[in-house]
Amino acid sequence: MADRRTQHLPGAAASLRHYARGFLLSVILTGAAFALVMTHALPREATIFVIFVLAAVQVVVHIADFLHVDTSLEQRWNLFATLFALLVVGILVGGSIWIMFSAHERMRPDMPAMTMPPESF
Amino acid sequence: MTMPFDLPEAHSVHAPQHPPAAVDDAELTEKTVFGFWLYLMSDVVLFAALFAVYAVVGRSYAGGPTGRELFDLWFVLAETAVLLLSSVAFGFVTIAAHEDRRQATLRWLGATFALGALFIAMEAYEFHHLVAEGAGPSRSAFLSSYFALVGTHGLHVLTGLVWMAVTAFHLARDGLTATVHRRLGLLGLFWHFLDVIWIVVFTHVYLTGVL
Repeated sequence: MADRRTQHLPGAAASLRHYARGFLLSVILTGAAFALVMTHALPREATIFVIFVLAAVQVVVHIADFLHVDTSLEQRWNLFATLFALLVVGILVGGSIWIMFSAHERMRPDMPAMTMPPESF
Repeated sequence: MTMPFDLPEAHSVHAPQHPPAAVDDAELTEKTVFGFWLYLMSDVVLFAALFAVYAVVGRSYAGGPTGRELFDLWFVLAETAVLLLSSVAFGFVTIAAHEDRRQATLRWLGATFALGALFIAMEAYEFHHLVAEGAGPSRSAFLSSYFALVGTHGLHVLTGLVWMAVTAFHLARDGLTATVHRRLGLLGLFWHFLDVIWIVVFTHVYLTGVL
């Protein structure tokens, strides 16, 4: 009965199975990330790497199981918009970190190599 | 599938009180959802800017308290659980709405709202606690970027709660009309989206912050 009104809505293909799977995976992934940090099971750098991988996986799980974005033809434009947003995010976050930390390195007071000798001008 | 040319007739017979525009509900919904999705993607960029700021100055403590001293991971885990449960509760809203069960939709909407409100209350408590400890947004660059990022997320959740209350009112008054269906669909996107942002918040701000 609701078909015609809801067929183009997000979650038209939603089922209890999706939400259950999304919830279960989220609990596992979130639990693993918190447990790793709380127990100090790994060295610091490895922990940071692993929790970001866990977060990336959980984001994908949420997008697939809760937001129901997939690669089907009706969703192609949503997918393109998402990929473009991810590109902008990559440039914004990656670029900021790259530039700011590079500037930070170059402005360290104990870096004689960066000071030009006067005769070079 | 109804052909376009017999729609006006069908309309004049069955629903004369509805404007002809109601015929294009499906197309309108499709376009509205895509437009809202574009808004969400622009919101992603907004959050990315805040995440980038936090990544750059998140460890500039200015001699003040650090994340390790301030953050209580058990509290953050509880906040995360509350928000995840509210996201799943909205899943039941979507399912109930698709089955045209008005009362069930309202009940699950109520559960989602309660969990969302609990999340906001926990965040308000956390912010109040930090400011009372002298760790307010003006203490250091780390805390400025922390409050800007987590506060923006909280503001979004608060907006979602207002939207949810309004939609619940419409649902109670009008029933599951095409408009209410559409608004529930968009609200669902918004609500699940905020949970996705929170994944990055707890990983990037809280978990990395205490390491």
